Amino acid sequence: MKAVLEVMDQRHLIELQVLKERIKSIRKSVLDMTASTSAGLHVGASLSCVDVIATLYFMKMRHSPYRPDWVDRDRFILSKGHAAPALYAVLAEAGYFPKEELKTIKDLNSRLQGHPDLRTPGVDAPSGSLGQGISIGTGMALAAKRRGSRSRVYVLVGDGECDEGQIWESLMTAAHLKLNNLVLIVDRNGWQLDDRTEEIKRKAPLKGKIESFGWETYLIDGHDPEKILDALDLCELADGPAAIIARTMKGKGVQFMEGTNKGHKMRFSNEQYQEALTELEEAS
Amino acid sequence: MRTIFGEALSSLGEENYNLMVLTADVAKPTGVYKFAEAHPSRFFNVGISEQDMIGIASGLSLSGSVPVVAVFAPFLMRAWEQVRSTVARANLNVKMVGTHAGLSASDEGGSHQSLEDVALMRVLPNMTVVVPGDRQEIAEATRAIVAMKGPVYMRLGRDESLSFLEGGEVFRIGRAVTVADGSDITVFSNGSMTAEVLAAAESLDIGVKVVHVPTVKPLDSGAIVSAAKETGLVACVEEHSVIGGLGSAVAELLSGEYPVPVKRIGVNDTYGESGPQRELLRKHGLVAESIGETLKRIVRGKAA
Repeated sequence: MKAVLEVMDQRHLIELQVLKERIKSIRKSVLDMTASTSAGLHVGASLSCVDVIATLYFMKMRHSPYRPDWVDRDRFILSKGHAAPALYAVLAEAGYFPKEELKTIKDLNSRLQGHPDLRTPGVDAPSGSLGQGISIGTGMALAAKRRGSRSRVYVLVGDGECDEGQIWESLMTAAHLKLNNLVLIVDRNGWQLDDRTEEIKRKAPLKGKIESFGWETYLIDGHDPEKILDALDLCELADGPAAIIARTMKGKGVQFMEGTNKGHKMRFSNEQYQEALTELEEAS
Repeated sequence: MRTIFGEALSSLGEENYNLMVLTADVAKPTGVYKFAEAHPSRFFNVGISEQDMIGIASGLSLSGSVPVVAVFAPFLMRAWEQVRSTVARANLNVKMVGTHAGLSASDEGGSHQSLEDVALMRVLPNMTVVVPGDRQEIAEATRAIVAMKGPVYMRLGRDESLSFLEGGEVFRIGRAVTVADGSDITVFSNGSMTAEVLAAAESLDIGVKVVHVPTVKPLDSGAIVSAAKETGLVACVEEHSVIGGLGSAVAELLSGEYPVPVKRIGVNDTYGESGPQRELLRKHGLVAESIGETLKRIVRGKAA
Protein backbone atom coordinates (compact mmCIF):
# COMPACT_ATOMS: atom_id res chain seq x y z
CA MET A 1 0.00 0.00 0.00
CA LYS A 2 2.80 2.35 0.93
CA ALA A 3 4.45 1.72 -2.42
CA VAL A 4 1.20 2.47 -4.22
CA LEU A 5 0.83 5.77 -2.39
CA GLU A 6 4.39 6.67 -3.23
CA VAL A 7 3.78 6.00 -6.90
CA MET A 8 0.65 8.12 -6.76
CA ASP A 9 2.53 10.94 -5.09
CA GLN A 10 5.19 10.71 -7.74
CA ARG A 11 2.60 10.84 -10.47
CA HIS A 12 0.95 13.84 -8.88
CA LEU A 13 4.29 15.65 -8.72
CA ILE A 14 4.99 14.90 -12.36
CA GLU A 15 1.53 16.11 -13.34
CA LEU A 16 2.06 19.31 -11.41
CA GLN A 17 5.41 19.79 -13.09
CA VAL A 18 3.80 19.32 -16.51
CA LEU A 19 1.08 21.80 -15.54
CA LYS A 20 3.67 24.37 -14.52
CA GLU A 21 5.40 24.00 -17.89
CA ARG A 22 2.09 24.49 -19.66
CA ILE A 23 1.32 27.56 -17.57
CA LYS A 24 4.65 28.99 -18.59
CA SER A 25 3.78 28.39 -22.22
CA ILE A 26 0.34 29.97 -21.70
CA ARG A 27 1.91 33.03 -20.08
CA LYS A 28 4.17 33.33 -23.09
CA SER A 29 1.12 33.13 -25.37
CA VAL A 30 -0.48 36.01 -23.45
CA LEU A 31 2.67 38.10 -23.88
CA ASP A 32 2.86 37.17 -27.58
CA MET A 33 -0.77 38.16 -28.11
CA THR A 34 -0.18 41.49 -26.42
CA ALA A 35 2.84 42.14 -28.61
CA SER A 36 1.09 41.04 -31.81
CA THR A 37 -1.89 43.36 -31.69
CA SER A 38 -1.98 47.11 -32.10
CA ALA A 39 -5.02 47.20 -29.81
CA GLY A 40 -4.37 47.14 -26.09
CA LEU A 41 -5.11 43.95 -24.14
CA HIS A 42 -6.13 43.53 -20.52
CA VAL A 43 -2.85 41.82 -19.89
CA GLY A 44 -2.63 42.54 -16.15
CA ALA A 45 -6.01 40.96 -15.42
CA SER A 46 -5.14 38.04 -17.71
CA LEU A 47 -1.85 37.28 -16.00
CA SER A 48 -3.53 37.32 -12.59
CA CYS A 49 -5.86 34.45 -13.48
CA VAL A 50 -3.93 32.17 -15.88
CA ASP A 51 -2.87 29.84 -13.07
CA VAL A 52 -6.47 29.30 -12.02
CA ILE A 53 -7.82 28.81 -15.54
CA ALA A 54 -4.99 26.49 -16.58
CA THR A 55 -5.32 24.38 -13.43
CA LEU A 56 -9.03 24.02 -14.13
CA TYR A 57 -8.59 23.00 -17.77
CA PHE A 58 -5.59 20.71 -17.34
CA MET A 59 -6.15 19.17 -13.91
CA LYS A 60 -9.81 19.38 -13.01
CA MET A 61 -12.37 19.80 -15.73
CA ARG A 62 -13.71 16.95 -17.84
CA HIS A 63 -13.73 18.33 -21.36
CA SER A 64 -12.36 17.55 -24.78
CA PRO A 65 -11.27 19.78 -27.65
CA TYR A 66 -12.45 17.00 -29.97
CA ARG A 67 -16.00 17.33 -28.67
CA PRO A 68 -16.44 20.94 -27.57
CA ASP A 69 -20.24 20.49 -27.62
CA TRP A 70 -20.23 17.37 -25.42
CA VAL A 71 -23.31 17.99 -23.32
CA ASP A 72 -21.93 16.43 -20.11
CA ARG A 73 -18.66 18.35 -20.15
CA ASP A 74 -17.66 20.53 -17.25
CA ARG A 75 -18.10 24.19 -18.10
CA PHE A 76 -16.08 27.30 -17.49
CA ILE A 77 -17.45 30.83 -17.53
CA LEU A 78 -15.03 33.72 -17.63
CA SER A 79 -17.33 36.29 -16.07
CA LYS A 80 -14.50 38.84 -16.03
CA GLY A 81 -14.52 38.72 -19.81
CA HIS A 82 -11.73 41.26 -20.23
CA ALA A 83 -9.28 38.50 -19.26
CA ALA A 84 -10.16 36.81 -22.57
CA PRO A 85 -6.49 36.56 -23.62
CA ALA A 86 -5.89 34.19 -20.69
CA LEU A 87 -8.84 32.01 -21.68
CA TYR A 88 -7.86 31.98 -25.36
CA ALA A 89 -4.28 31.04 -24.50
CA VAL A 90 -5.51 28.14 -22.35
CA LEU A 91 -7.98 26.95 -24.99
CA ALA A 92 -5.28 27.02 -27.67
CA GLU A 93 -2.90 25.16 -25.35
CA ALA A 94 -5.65 22.57 -24.80
CA GLY A 95 -6.08 22.16 -28.55
CA TYR A 96 -9.40 23.89 -29.23
CA PHE A 97 -7.82 25.91 -32.05
CA PRO A 98 -4.30 26.42 -33.41
CA LYS A 99 -1.96 28.55 -31.35
CA GLU A 100 -1.13 30.61 -34.45
CA GLU A 101 -4.69 31.89 -34.35
CA LEU A 102 -3.99 33.65 -31.03
CA LYS A 103 -2.31 36.56 -32.74
CA THR A 104 -5.53 37.36 -34.64
CA ILE A 105 -7.15 38.52 -31.38
CA LYS A 106 -9.27 41.63 -31.94
CA ASP A 107 -8.65 41.54 -35.72
CA LEU A 108 -11.63 42.11 -37.99
CA ASN A 109 -13.33 38.75 -38.74
CA SER A 110 -11.25 36.93 -36.12
CA ARG A 111 -12.86 34.20 -34.06
CA LEU A 112 -11.09 35.72 -31.08
CA GLN A 113 -13.15 38.71 -30.05
CA GLY A 114 -12.08 41.31 -27.50
CA HIS A 115 -14.36 39.61 -25.00
CA PRO A 116 -15.54 35.96 -24.98
CA ASP A 117 -18.01 35.07 -27.69
CA LEU A 118 -19.58 31.77 -28.67
CA ARG A 119 -17.88 31.88 -32.08
CA THR A 120 -14.64 30.79 -30.40
CA PRO A 121 -14.32 26.99 -30.09
CA GLY A 122 -14.34 26.02 -26.42
CA VAL A 123 -16.00 29.18 -25.10
CA ASP A 124 -18.97 28.04 -23.00
CA ALA A 125 -20.65 31.40 -22.38
CA PRO A 126 -20.48 34.92 -23.75
CA SER A 127 -19.28 37.62 -21.38
CA GLY A 128 -17.82 41.11 -21.37
CA SER A 129 -20.57 42.84 -19.48
CA LEU A 130 -19.63 42.24 -15.86
CA GLY A 131 -21.64 40.55 -13.15
CA GLN A 132 -23.52 37.93 -15.16
CA GLY A 133 -21.36 34.80 -14.91
CA ILE A 134 -22.71 33.31 -11.68
CA SER A 135 -26.28 33.66 -12.94
CA ILE A 136 -25.40 31.90 -16.20
CA GLY A 137 -23.53 29.25 -14.21
CA THR A 138 -26.61 28.77 -12.04
CA GLY A 139 -28.66 28.04 -15.15
CA MET A 140 -26.09 25.54 -16.39
CA ALA A 141 -25.82 23.87 -12.99
CA LEU A 142 -29.61 23.58 -12.79
CA ALA A 143 -29.75 22.06 -16.26
CA ALA A 144 -27.05 19.54 -15.33
CA LYS A 145 -28.89 18.50 -12.17
CA ARG A 146 -32.11 18.09 -14.06
CA ARG A 147 -30.42 15.81 -16.57
CA GLY A 148 -28.76 13.86 -13.77
CA SER A 149 -25.44 14.82 -15.29
CA ARG A 150 -22.12 14.87 -13.43
CA SER A 151 -21.27 18.09 -15.24
CA ARG A 152 -19.79 20.76 -12.96
CA VAL A 153 -19.72 24.48 -13.60
CA TYR A 154 -16.85 26.83 -12.77
CA VAL A 155 -17.25 30.60 -12.80
CA LEU A 156 -14.37 33.06 -12.53
CA VAL A 157 -15.21 36.61 -11.48
CA GLY A 158 -12.96 39.55 -10.74
CA ASP A 159 -12.90 41.23 -7.35
CA GLY A 160 -13.76 44.58 -8.92
CA GLU A 161 -16.68 42.83 -10.59
CA CYS A 162 -18.13 42.18 -7.12
CA ASP A 163 -19.35 45.80 -7.19
CA GLU A 164 -22.17 44.56 -9.44
CA GLY A 165 -25.49 43.94 -7.70
CA GLN A 166 -26.24 40.91 -9.86
CA ILE A 167 -23.28 39.09 -8.27
CA TRP A 168 -25.08 39.18 -4.94
CA GLU A 169 -28.46 38.29 -6.40
CA SER A 170 -26.91 35.22 -7.95
CA LEU A 171 -24.93 34.25 -4.85
CA MET A 172 -28.23 34.18 -2.97
CA THR A 173 -30.02 32.16 -5.64
CA ALA A 174 -27.35 29.47 -6.03
CA ALA A 175 -27.12 28.96 -2.27
CA HIS A 176 -30.89 28.75 -2.02
CA LEU A 177 -30.92 26.08 -4.72
CA LYS A 178 -28.05 24.18 -2.99
CA LEU A 179 -26.15 23.85 -6.26
CA ASN A 180 -23.23 21.68 -5.18
CA ASN A 181 -22.10 21.42 -8.81
CA LEU A 182 -21.31 25.14 -9.00
CA VAL A 183 -17.94 26.63 -8.04
CA LEU A 184 -17.07 30.31 -7.94
CA ILE A 185 -13.51 31.56 -8.10
CA VAL A 186 -12.79 35.21 -7.31
CA ASP A 187 -9.62 36.60 -8.87
CA ARG A 188 -8.67 38.81 -5.92
CA ASN A 189 -5.98 40.94 -7.56
CA GLY A 190 -6.97 44.07 -5.67
CA TRP A 191 -7.34 46.39 -8.64
CA GLN A 192 -10.13 47.61 -10.85
CA LEU A 193 -10.04 50.04 -13.77
CA ASP A 194 -9.80 53.29 -11.85
CA ASP A 195 -7.97 52.35 -8.67
CA ARG A 196 -7.46 49.76 -5.94
CA THR A 197 -10.64 47.79 -5.27
CA GLU A 198 -10.81 48.91 -1.66
CA GLU A 199 -10.52 52.58 -2.69
CA ILE A 200 -13.33 52.45 -5.23
CA LYS A 201 -15.78 50.42 -3.16
CA ARG A 202 -14.76 48.36 -0.18
CA LYS A 203 -15.15 44.61 -0.73
CA ALA A 204 -13.55 43.43 2.50
CA PRO A 205 -14.29 41.16 4.19
CA LEU A 206 -15.01 39.38 0.91
CA LYS A 207 -14.71 35.87 2.33
CA GLY A 208 -17.09 36.68 5.18
CA LYS A 209 -19.57 38.24 2.80
CA ILE A 210 -19.65 35.27 0.44
CA GLU A 211 -19.78 32.82 3.36
CA SER A 212 -22.68 34.70 4.88
CA PHE A 213 -24.58 34.20 1.62
CA GLY A 214 -24.38 30.45 2.24
CA TRP A 215 -21.32 29.46 0.20
CA GLU A 216 -18.55 27.27 1.57
CA THR A 217 -15.55 29.54 0.98
CA TYR A 218 -11.78 29.01 0.75
CA LEU A 219 -9.03 31.60 0.63
CA ILE A 220 -5.86 30.55 -1.19
CA ASP A 221 -2.78 31.72 -3.05
CA GLY A 222 -4.11 31.97 -6.58
CA HIS A 223 -0.72 31.50 -8.21
CA ASP A 224 0.04 28.13 -6.63
CA PRO A 225 -1.45 25.35 -8.79
CA GLU A 226 -1.21 22.83 -5.96
CA LYS A 227 -3.22 25.06 -3.61
CA ILE A 228 -5.72 25.79 -6.37
CA LEU A 229 -6.15 22.08 -6.99
CA ASP A 230 -6.56 21.28 -3.29
CA ALA A 231 -9.26 23.92 -2.97
CA LEU A 232 -11.03 22.69 -6.12
CA ASP A 233 -10.98 19.16 -4.65
CA LEU A 234 -12.53 20.44 -1.42
CA CYS A 235 -15.26 22.21 -3.37
CA GLU A 236 -16.43 18.83 -4.64
CA LEU A 237 -17.25 17.81 -1.07
CA ALA A 238 -19.46 20.81 -0.37
CA ASP A 239 -23.21 20.38 0.21
CA GLY A 240 -23.98 23.50 -1.77
CA PRO A 241 -22.14 25.96 -3.98
CA ALA A 242 -18.53 26.62 -3.01
CA ALA A 243 -16.27 29.60 -3.56
CA ILE A 244 -12.53 30.08 -3.75
CA ILE A 245 -11.01 33.49 -3.22
CA ALA A 246 -7.75 33.33 -5.12
CA ARG A 247 -5.32 35.98 -3.89
CA THR A 248 -3.47 37.07 -6.98
CA MET A 249 -1.33 39.83 -8.37
CA LYS A 250 -2.34 41.89 -11.34
CA GLY A 251 0.34 41.47 -14.03
CA LYS A 252 1.86 38.49 -12.21
CA GLY A 253 5.26 37.49 -13.60
CA VAL A 254 6.07 40.79 -15.30
CA GLN A 255 7.86 43.17 -13.00
CA PHE A 256 6.88 46.45 -14.63
CA MET A 257 3.22 45.49 -14.15
CA GLU A 258 3.21 43.36 -11.02
CA GLY A 259 1.12 44.77 -8.23
CA THR A 260 0.32 47.95 -10.17
CA ASN A 261 -2.53 48.93 -12.45
CA LYS A 262 -0.20 49.66 -15.37
CA GLY A 263 -1.25 46.52 -17.18
CA HIS A 264 -4.99 47.08 -16.86
CA LYS A 265 -5.09 47.65 -20.59
CA MET A 266 -1.83 48.08 -22.42
CA ARG A 267 0.23 47.61 -25.54
CA PHE A 268 3.82 46.47 -25.30
CA SER A 269 6.73 48.37 -26.74
CA ASN A 270 9.33 46.04 -28.17
CA GLU A 271 11.55 46.63 -25.13
CA GLN A 272 8.72 45.84 -22.74
CA TYR A 273 7.94 42.67 -24.66
CA GLN A 274 11.56 41.51 -24.56
CA GLU A 275 11.85 42.40 -20.90
CA ALA A 276 8.71 40.41 -20.06
CA LEU A 277 9.87 37.41 -22.12
CA THR A 278 13.28 37.33 -20.45
CA GLU A 279 11.68 37.48 -17.06
CA LEU A 280 9.35 34.61 -17.93
CA GLU A 281 12.25 32.49 -19.21
CA GLU A 282 14.27 33.13 -16.07
CA ALA A 283 11.41 32.34 -13.71
CA SER A 284 11.60 28.91 -12.14
CA MET B 1 -54.68 37.05 -21.32
CA ARG B 2 -52.36 35.96 -18.58
CA THR B 3 -54.67 33.11 -17.65
CA ILE B 4 -54.67 31.94 -21.25
CA PHE B 5 -50.92 32.30 -21.42
CA GLY B 6 -50.46 30.33 -18.17
CA GLU B 7 -52.74 27.55 -19.39
CA ALA B 8 -51.05 27.39 -22.79
CA LEU B 9 -47.64 27.20 -21.15
CA SER B 10 -48.78 24.50 -18.78
CA SER B 11 -50.11 22.29 -21.56
CA LEU B 12 -46.92 22.85 -23.59
CA GLY B 13 -45.05 21.53 -20.60
CA GLU B 14 -46.70 18.16 -21.14
CA GLU B 15 -45.21 17.89 -24.61
CA ASN B 16 -41.84 19.55 -24.22
CA TYR B 17 -39.71 18.22 -21.38
CA ASN B 18 -37.00 20.80 -22.06
CA LEU B 19 -39.38 23.62 -21.27
CA MET B 20 -38.42 25.45 -18.07
CA VAL B 21 -40.28 28.42 -16.62
CA LEU B 22 -38.77 31.15 -14.50
CA THR B 23 -40.28 34.10 -12.78
CA ALA B 24 -39.22 36.79 -10.31
CA ASP B 25 -41.78 36.61 -7.50
CA VAL B 26 -44.75 37.17 -9.81
CA ALA B 27 -45.95 33.61 -10.51
CA LYS B 28 -49.54 34.48 -9.61
CA PRO B 29 -50.09 37.73 -11.51
CA THR B 30 -48.28 36.48 -14.65
CA GLY B 31 -50.29 33.26 -14.68
CA VAL B 32 -47.27 30.93 -14.69
CA TYR B 33 -48.34 29.41 -11.35
CA LYS B 34 -50.39 27.08 -13.52
CA PHE B 35 -47.20 25.72 -15.02
CA ALA B 36 -45.64 25.59 -11.53
CA GLU B 37 -48.50 23.45 -10.23
CA ALA B 38 -48.31 21.04 -13.14
CA HIS B 39 -44.52 20.83 -13.49
CA PRO B 40 -42.94 21.88 -10.18
CA SER B 41 -39.50 20.45 -11.01
CA ARG B 42 -39.25 22.63 -14.11
CA PHE B 43 -40.33 25.86 -12.49
CA PHE B 44 -38.01 28.31 -10.71
CA ASN B 45 -39.06 31.37 -8.83
CA VAL B 46 -35.74 33.18 -8.42
CA GLY B 47 -37.10 35.93 -6.20
CA ILE B 48 -37.16 39.62 -6.98
CA SER B 49 -34.05 39.62 -9.16
CA GLU B 50 -34.79 40.06 -12.85
CA GLN B 51 -31.16 40.35 -13.91
CA ASP B 52 -30.23 37.10 -12.20
CA MET B 53 -33.28 35.50 -13.80
CA ILE B 54 -32.18 36.46 -17.32
CA GLY B 55 -28.69 35.10 -16.58
CA ILE B 56 -30.11 31.80 -15.31
CA ALA B 57 -32.30 31.53 -18.40
CA SER B 58 -29.19 32.14 -20.53
CA GLY B 59 -27.33 29.35 -18.74
CA LEU B 60 -30.26 26.98 -19.12
CA SER B 61 -30.48 27.67 -22.83
CA LEU B 62 -26.71 27.22 -23.24
CA SER B 63 -27.27 23.76 -21.75
CA GLY B 64 -30.09 22.83 -24.12
CA SER B 65 -33.20 23.74 -22.12
CA VAL B 66 -35.91 26.05 -23.43
CA PRO B 67 -36.44 28.67 -20.73
CA VAL B 68 -39.50 30.92 -20.64
CA VAL B 69 -39.29 33.86 -18.27
CA ALA B 70 -42.40 35.75 -17.27
CA VAL B 71 -42.43 39.02 -15.35
CA PHE B 72 -44.13 42.41 -15.50
CA ALA B 73 -42.99 44.10 -18.71
CA PRO B 74 -41.52 47.25 -17.11
CA PHE B 75 -39.31 45.22 -14.77
CA LEU B 76 -38.06 42.91 -17.48
CA MET B 77 -36.54 46.10 -18.87
CA ARG B 78 -34.44 46.26 -15.71
CA ALA B 79 -32.53 43.35 -17.20
CA TRP B 80 -32.42 44.86 -20.70
CA GLU B 81 -28.65 45.09 -20.69
CA GLN B 82 -28.40 41.41 -19.78
CA VAL B 83 -30.79 40.67 -22.63
CA ARG B 84 -28.69 42.78 -24.98
CA SER B 85 -25.24 41.54 -23.98
CA THR B 86 -26.00 37.88 -23.44
CA VAL B 87 -29.36 36.66 -24.74
CA ALA B 88 -29.61 38.58 -28.00
CA ARG B 89 -25.90 38.88 -28.75
CA ALA B 90 -25.39 35.13 -28.45
CA ASN B 91 -28.75 34.43 -30.10
CA LEU B 92 -29.84 32.28 -27.14
CA ASN B 93 -33.08 30.36 -27.18
CA VAL B 94 -34.67 32.36 -24.34
CA LYS B 95 -38.36 33.33 -24.40
CA MET B 96 -39.26 36.47 -22.50
CA VAL B 97 -42.83 37.33 -21.68
CA GLY B 98 -43.69 40.79 -20.35
CA THR B 99 -47.13 40.98 -18.80
CA HIS B 100 -49.15 44.01 -17.66
CA ALA B 101 -47.71 45.88 -20.63
CA GLY B 102 -48.87 49.20 -21.98
CA LEU B 103 -51.24 51.09 -19.72
CA SER B 104 -52.84 47.90 -18.41
CA ALA B 105 -51.35 48.17 -14.91
CA SER B 106 -53.53 51.25 -14.80
CA ASP B 107 -54.08 51.68 -11.07
CA GLU B 108 -50.40 51.16 -10.20
CA GLY B 109 -49.24 54.28 -12.02
CA GLY B 110 -46.33 55.18 -14.25
CA SER B 111 -43.80 52.95 -12.49
CA HIS B 112 -45.72 49.85 -13.54
CA GLN B 113 -46.81 50.91 -17.02
CA SER B 114 -44.52 49.85 -19.77
CA LEU B 115 -44.64 52.08 -22.85
CA GLU B 116 -41.14 51.57 -24.22
CA ASP B 117 -40.62 47.80 -24.11
CA VAL B 118 -41.35 47.15 -27.79
CA ALA B 119 -38.86 49.84 -28.80
CA LEU B 120 -36.18 48.47 -26.49
CA MET B 121 -36.59 44.89 -27.64
CA ARG B 122 -37.09 45.66 -31.31
CA VAL B 123 -33.74 47.40 -31.59
CA LEU B 124 -31.85 44.23 -30.61
CA PRO B 125 -30.44 42.07 -33.43
CA ASN B 126 -31.72 38.44 -33.42
CA MET B 127 -34.78 39.39 -31.38
CA THR B 128 -38.32 38.48 -32.39
CA VAL B 129 -41.05 40.74 -30.94
CA VAL B 130 -44.61 39.50 -30.67
CA VAL B 131 -47.66 41.46 -29.45
CA PRO B 132 -50.76 39.23 -29.65
CA GLY B 133 -54.14 40.54 -28.61
CA ASP B 134 -56.81 37.89 -29.01
CA ARG B 135 -57.42 34.88 -26.74
CA GLN B 136 -56.78 32.24 -29.32
CA GLU B 137 -53.88 34.19 -30.71
CA ILE B 138 -52.15 34.30 -27.33
CA ALA B 139 -52.46 30.56 -26.91
CA GLU B 140 -51.09 29.97 -30.41
CA ALA B 141 -48.34 32.56 -30.03
CA THR B 142 -47.18 30.94 -26.79
CA ARG B 143 -46.82 27.67 -28.65
CA ALA B 144 -45.15 29.30 -31.65
CA ILE B 145 -42.48 31.17 -29.71
CA VAL B 146 -41.50 28.02 -27.83
CA ALA B 147 -41.35 26.07 -31.09
CA MET B 148 -39.07 28.54 -32.87
CA LYS B 149 -35.36 28.88 -32.18
CA GLY B 150 -33.88 32.13 -30.91
CA PRO B 151 -34.73 34.91 -28.48
CA VAL B 152 -38.31 36.22 -28.37
CA TYR B 153 -40.08 38.96 -26.51
CA MET B 154 -43.83 38.48 -26.15
CA ARG B 155 -45.84 41.37 -24.80
CA LEU B 156 -49.12 40.78 -22.99
CA GLY B 157 -51.69 43.15 -21.60
CA ARG B 158 -54.29 42.54 -18.97
CA ASP B 159 -57.54 42.10 -20.90
CA GLU B 160 -58.92 38.65 -20.27
CA SER B 161 -61.68 38.22 -22.78
CA LEU B 162 -60.90 39.74 -26.17
CA SER B 163 -61.71 37.66 -29.21
CA PHE B 164 -61.59 39.34 -32.61
CA LEU B 165 -59.82 36.85 -34.86
CA GLU B 166 -61.54 34.10 -36.81
CA GLY B 167 -60.35 30.78 -38.13
CA GLY B 168 -58.79 27.57 -36.92
CA GLU B 169 -55.26 28.89 -36.95
CA VAL B 170 -54.92 32.59 -36.36
CA PHE B 171 -51.27 33.19 -35.57
CA ARG B 172 -48.03 32.65 -37.41
CA ILE B 173 -44.79 34.43 -36.49
CA GLY B 174 -44.06 37.22 -38.94
CA ARG B 175 -47.56 37.30 -40.44
CA ALA B 176 -49.94 40.26 -40.44
CA VAL B 177 -53.65 39.63 -41.04
CA THR B 178 -56.30 41.88 -42.54
CA VAL B 179 -59.28 41.89 -40.20
CA ALA B 180 -61.44 44.55 -41.90
CA ASP B 181 -61.43 45.99 -45.39
CA GLY B 182 -61.76 49.55 -46.64
CA SER B 183 -60.14 51.84 -49.17
CA ASP B 184 -59.70 55.24 -47.50
CA ILE B 185 -57.06 54.42 -44.92
CA THR B 186 -55.14 51.44 -43.58
CA VAL B 187 -54.73 51.06 -39.84
CA PHE B 188 -51.97 48.81 -38.52
CA SER B 189 -52.39 47.81 -34.89
CA ASN B 190 -51.55 45.05 -32.46
CA GLY B 191 -52.34 43.74 -29.01
CA SER B 192 -55.75 44.59 -27.64
CA MET B 193 -55.72 47.86 -29.61
CA THR B 194 -56.91 45.98 -32.69
CA ALA B 195 -60.27 45.43 -30.95
CA GLU B 196 -60.58 49.19 -30.40
CA VAL B 197 -59.64 49.92 -34.00
CA LEU B 198 -62.19 47.41 -35.28
CA ALA B 199 -64.91 49.03 -33.18
CA ALA B 200 -63.85 52.44 -34.48
CA ALA B 201 -63.86 51.21 -38.09
CA GLU B 202 -67.38 49.82 -37.75
CA SER B 203 -68.76 53.09 -36.48
CA LEU B 204 -67.24 55.24 -39.23
CA ASP B 205 -68.65 56.10 -42.65
CA ILE B 206 -65.18 56.02 -44.21
CA GLY B 207 -63.52 52.85 -45.50
CA VAL B 208 -60.99 51.59 -42.98
CA LYS B 209 -58.75 48.67 -43.76
CA VAL B 210 -57.57 47.15 -40.48
CA VAL B 211 -54.41 45.07 -40.48
CA HIS B 212 -53.53 43.28 -37.26
CA VAL B 213 -49.73 43.07 -36.90
CA PRO B 214 -48.97 40.76 -33.98
CA THR B 215 -45.31 40.38 -34.97
CA VAL B 216 -43.49 43.72 -34.80
CA LYS B 217 -40.21 42.04 -35.67
CA PRO B 218 -39.77 40.56 -38.21
CA LEU B 219 -42.36 42.80 -39.81
CA ASP B 220 -44.63 41.39 -42.53
CA SER B 221 -43.27 43.86 -45.06
CA GLY B 222 -45.17 42.39 -48.03
CA ALA B 223 -48.55 42.76 -46.35
CA ILE B 224 -47.76 46.22 -45.01
CA VAL B 225 -46.49 47.66 -48.28
CA SER B 226 -49.36 46.25 -50.30
CA ALA B 227 -51.95 47.59 -47.84
CA ALA B 228 -50.26 51.01 -47.96
CA LYS B 229 -50.41 50.92 -51.77
CA GLU B 230 -54.13 50.11 -51.70
CA THR B 231 -55.14 53.02 -49.50
CA GLY B 232 -52.31 55.52 -49.86
CA LEU B 233 -52.82 56.62 -46.27
CA VAL B 234 -51.72 54.87 -43.09
CA ALA B 235 -52.26 55.08 -39.35
CA CYS B 236 -50.77 52.90 -36.64
CA VAL B 237 -52.35 52.32 -33.25
CA GLU B 238 -50.60 50.79 -30.26
CA GLU B 239 -50.61 50.90 -26.47
CA HIS B 240 -47.01 52.04 -26.47
CA SER B 241 -45.01 55.19 -26.93
CA VAL B 242 -45.30 56.64 -30.43
CA ILE B 243 -41.51 56.45 -30.42
CA GLY B 244 -39.97 53.14 -31.38
CA GLY B 245 -42.94 50.78 -31.48
CA LEU B 246 -45.11 49.40 -34.27
CA GLY B 247 -45.74 52.88 -35.70
CA SER B 248 -42.03 53.51 -35.99
CA ALA B 249 -41.42 50.10 -37.52
CA VAL B 250 -44.11 50.70 -40.15
CA ALA B 251 -42.87 54.24 -40.86
CA GLU B 252 -39.30 52.99 -41.23
CA LEU B 253 -40.42 50.35 -43.70
CA LEU B 254 -42.75 52.56 -45.77
CA SER B 255 -40.35 55.50 -45.94
CA GLY B 256 -38.05 53.28 -47.95
CA GLU B 257 -40.50 51.07 -49.82
CA TYR B 258 -43.58 53.18 -50.49
CA PRO B 259 -43.64 56.60 -48.84
CA VAL B 260 -47.15 57.59 -47.76
CA PRO B 261 -48.29 59.71 -44.80
CA VAL B 262 -48.14 57.61 -41.61
CA LYS B 263 -50.00 58.80 -38.51
CA ARG B 264 -48.69 57.18 -35.33
CA ILE B 265 -51.30 56.91 -32.61
CA GLY B 266 -50.08 55.90 -29.17
CA VAL B 267 -48.81 57.49 -26.00
CA ASN B 268 -47.15 60.77 -26.91
CA ASP B 269 -43.72 60.61 -25.32
CA THR B 270 -44.96 60.75 -21.78
CA TYR B 271 -45.18 58.44 -18.74
CA GLY B 272 -48.37 56.84 -17.54
CA GLU B 273 -50.23 57.60 -14.33
CA SER B 274 -52.82 56.01 -12.06
CA GLY B 275 -56.43 55.83 -13.13
CA PRO B 276 -59.13 53.38 -14.23
CA GLN B 277 -57.93 51.61 -17.38
CA ARG B 278 -60.64 52.87 -19.75
CA GLU B 279 -60.24 56.44 -18.59
CA LEU B 280 -56.50 56.24 -18.93
CA LEU B 281 -56.79 54.86 -22.46
CA ARG B 282 -59.31 57.58 -23.29
CA LYS B 283 -56.94 60.26 -22.01
CA HIS B 284 -54.36 59.08 -24.53
CA GLY B 285 -56.84 58.77 -27.37
CA LEU B 286 -56.70 54.98 -27.42
CA VAL B 287 -60.38 54.01 -27.14
CA ALA B 288 -62.58 53.32 -30.18
CA GLU B 289 -64.33 56.71 -30.13
CA SER B 290 -61.14 58.75 -30.02
CA ILE B 291 -59.38 56.54 -32.55
CA GLY B 292 -62.39 57.01 -34.84
CA GLU B 293 -62.20 60.78 -34.47
CA THR B 294 -58.50 60.78 -35.31
CA LEU B 295 -59.01 58.57 -38.37
CA LYS B 296 -61.81 60.79 -39.66
CA ARG B 297 -59.61 63.84 -39.26
CA ILE B 298 -56.74 62.25 -41.17
CA VAL B 299 -58.92 61.07 -44.03
CA ARG B 300 -60.65 64.46 -44.26
CA GLY B 301 -57.31 66.22 -44.10
CA LYS B 302 -56.10 64.22 -47.06
CA ALA B 303 -59.22 64.93 -49.10
CA ALA B 304 -58.96 68.68 -48.45
